[in-house]
Amino acid sequence: MASSTIPSGAHGDPTRRDFLMVATGAMAAVGAIATAWPFINNLNPAADTLALSSIEVNVKPIAVGQAITVKWRGRPVFIRHRTPEDIKEAESVKLSELPDPETDTARVTDSAKKVRPEWLIVVGVCTHLGCVPLGTKQGDPRGEYNGWFCPCHGSQYDTSGRIRKGPAPANLAVPSYLFTSDTLVKIG
Amino acid sequence: MASSHGAPPVFNNKVIAWIDHRLPIFSYVEKEYHTFPTPRNFNYFWNFGAIATVMLVLMIATGVVLATNYTPHVTMAFDSVERIMRDVPSGWLIRYMHMTGASFFFAAVYVHIFRGLYYGSYKAPRELLWILGVVILLLMMATAFMGYVLPWGQMSFWGATVITNLFSAIPVVGDSIVTWLWGGFAVDNPTLNRFFALHYLLPFIIVAVVALHVVALHIHGSNNPLGIDPKGPQDTVPFHPYYTMKDGFGVICFLIVYAIFVFFYPNALGEPVNYVPANPLVTPNEIVPEWYLLPFYAILRAVPDKLGGVLCMFGAIAVLFVVPWLDTSRVRSCTFRPIYKWFVFLLVADVIMLGICGAHPPEGWYVPLSRIGTIYYFFHFIILLPVLGKIERPLPLPPSIADAVLKKKVA
Ligand code: HEM
Ligand code: FES
Repeated sequence: MASSTIPSGAHGDPTRRDFLMVATGAMAAVGAIATAWPFINNLNPAADTLALSSIEVNVKPIAVGQAITVKWRGRPVFIRHRTPEDIKEAESVKLSELPDPETDTARVTDSAKKVRPEWLIVVGVCTHLGCVPLGTKQGDPRGEYNGWFCPCHGSQYDTSGRIRKGPAPANLAVPSYLFTSDTLVKIG
Repeated sequence: MASSHGAPPVFNNKVIAWIDHRLPIFSYVEKEYHTFPTPRNFNYFWNFGAIATVMLVLMIATGVVLATNYTPHVTMAFDSVERIMRDVPSGWLIRYMHMTGASFFFAAVYVHIFRGLYYGSYKAPRELLWILGVVILLLMMATAFMGYVLPWGQMSFWGATVITNLFSAIPVVGDSIVTWLWGGFAVDNPTLNRFFALHYLLPFIIVAVVALHVVALHIHGSNNPLGIDPKGPQDTVPFHPYYTMKDGFGVICFLIVYAIFVFFYPNALGEPVNYVPANPLVTPNEIVPEWYLLPFYAILRAVPDKLGGVLCMFGAIAVLFVVPWLDTSRVRSCTFRPIYKWFVFLLVADVIMLGICGAHPPEGWYVPLSRIGTIYYFFHFIILLPVLGKIERPLPLPPSIADAVLKKKVA
């Protein structure tokens, strides 16, 4: 690396000057990265955006078989009061048939580890490219698996919100939630 | 070529001479836009560079004026655009010029790119010129995408959601990248704010890259419909007045068509759904981008795998960067490539077909058609271009531009 005007050590050994060049260059690179970081980090979610991250919902008015949409962190969350048939359907599927294998029980457990199969709470954002799947409102198409149907590119979800068919790679996400009483749930 | 002509100009005006001696801007214009020796045989395809430049200036002028009345906030953006349309003096005109201008800018650039492909303008020594052009195309796409988000209609919101979600296909870090792009957990106010800032910035970066593009152009001069180099003064004419006039004529014709759209069909190229305010809880029945992005959208959806679709979509543009090295033919212009010529037309048909597929929901015939279209697109560049250059027998090239042009006159 040393240019020809700078004498090199015997047998082409690196000189002190080579060492200084490399050390200075390395320091400059570290400095450049350290300076770039605040610019990159600046674009991450701000504290107030993060602070909006939990809501409380009263689920009492939701009748069996009905579902509602609530807004959490700027995106829809579906809360479905499942019928016994819904639950049976979700529990009876073999895991090997699922593109993204997950048991139904794992998806209806709140953060205090209490299982409530009648309540399914999922983020209403298709895991393909982010559309809101249909199936929450009465009269919406629910797809072949009686859960949700995404109109954008045709993904189909089952009564547990798991992906069954279509381009979406993963199940509808389950947010962390906690039933603070039998009718009050805190999401986030 | 550029440096082959005479002595530096002498300015009679003392002020101009004084300035030019210190900062030779007048010499520069004289050399690059007046005496600049330009092939004498351009056809109208050579107008579209000038047309694109005019559109870029027009987009910046209308955009800056729009920005004086636009409010980048989720609760106010839609209404501020409606206010521009209804209450702000001439606001409707400025906005329709900007909206329609984006479409016409892309149309001009696509014709410009076709010209490059057909006449082999990307071949040595113009590879970097071509690459800078592809960079401009990418920057334009990013700019138009972010601009489309600003009026905060349904299609703005859901287009932004689908396109930013593409990055979630990246393994491991995908989701963090998407959160970082959004500045939150969904497309929301931070996203709108940063898109406005970037939408304001990127056009000026485009101006800078266009400047480099033009500098690179003026090193070796323009290609021409015959694809052979000028061999002397008999093959060229000075840029001014010959091509300033021809470009001026082309620009005016183009602007007439543009004006017809601005005044009579301002919404013909847009989506009516975007006049519905954004609603993060309801997805429109169908999400379609603006027409100029449809072929790439079709490629995205043609691939049944999420990551694969994203890679192919970006790959469709990335492959353009290496076209100068994929093409093995030594002949530039398709005028002398009897076989490849038809394949260029076939490629155009293929891209149009992909565009039509992109405009329709991916059902029925559109699925196999978009797959065939995608496969053909890549086949053209990756297989056909290198192989055909080796086996095709080009027609004999004329000895010089002047020779070819004058012979045609006689015949
Ligand atoms: C490369 C040049 C540019 C392109 C391709 C472009 C493209 C677009 C597009 C497609 C829209 C959406 C139009 C609509 O549907 O309403 C838009 C909106 C907008 N652009 Fe640009 N733009 C460019 C330059 C600029 C510049 C330099 C500014 C200056 C700040 C600007 C400011 C705006 C504003 C304020 C809006 C929102 C108002 C509206 O939607 O009409 N643009 N742009
Ligand atoms: S976004 Fe739901 S299937 Fe593509």
